[in-house]
Amino acid sequence: MNHRERLDHFLATDPADVGCAEALEVLHVYVELIADGREAARAYPGVAAHLAACGPCGEDFEGLLAAVTQP
Amino acid sequence: MKPSEDLVARLDADSAEWVAALTGTAAERSRGEARLHEHLLQVALRELRRRRATAPWLAGVELEDLAYQAAADAMLAILRKLETFRGESRFTTWAYKFAILEVSVKRGRHYWRLHPHVSLDAEAWELLPDRFGVDPGEHAQRAEMVRAVRDAVDQTLTDHQRRLFTAIVLEAMPPDAVAERLGTNRNAIYKSLYDARRKIRAYLVANGYLEREGTGRP
Repeated sequence: MNHRERLDHFLATDPADVGCAEALEVLHVYVELIADGREAARAYPGVAAHLAACGPCGEDFEGLLAAVTQP
Repeated sequence: MKPSEDLVARLDADSAEWVAALTGTAAERSRGEARLHEHLLQVALRELRRRRATAPWLAGVELEDLAYQAAADAMLAILRKLETFRGESRFTTWAYKFAILEVSVKRGRHYWRLHPHVSLDAEAWELLPDRFGVDPGEHAQRAEMVRAVRDAVDQTLTDHQRRLFTAIVLEAMPPDAVAERLGTNRNAIYKSLYDARRKIRAYLVANGYLEREGTGRP
């Protein structure tokens, strides 16, 4: 990916993106689907779109997944 | 307040035990809250340590202080919202979410204690090419990117959007820290930046810097 593609990747917006509030509202459900090996992104495509685009929410997702999956 | 029979029937054994402990007699609640606080503290500590990879300024005694603050505030939020727990996930997954979200809030606040003189309005445009991996030796490409994006920002963004874009993209400030400084929340920051990204991209496409096709999304 060259620098223009990286810029384009950053600027691109997904209309399915539900935003932080809605994503965080169901984050525990989404994380548990992932932890159980189920297709969370299919059940919550707008949440998946958001977590892919929002760094802070993506970090919260990674953190909660680690909290419930690591011994 | 006692949970409904419907809720108890839906829960796994561990979650039912947590809910019973937190809604039982005063002695049961006290023991349950102490046990939950210990879990929340461990989650917050591990999460703060994990985040040192992207925020190396999190360290030492301050890290432990932040973990205690996050666990305490997560506990308050959990007890306040306990009636809203519907068993859509295990109780611990629901509860740990509050600890993780509090870690984000505390980290945003802590940023300003460690960076008291950083300005939201610095507009360090020379950093833009580095953010998107333009080689330092590619002077023409660096200048072209700065010119194109700065024009887009000048022409299309509101003052508020411009402030967010320059702070978060150029200065690489954590969005939660920006939200803390502006007295708003992450969701409001994200929505403003979402609109800003869309407007900048439309301008760059219209002016030939980016191609119309290809969203850049995987």
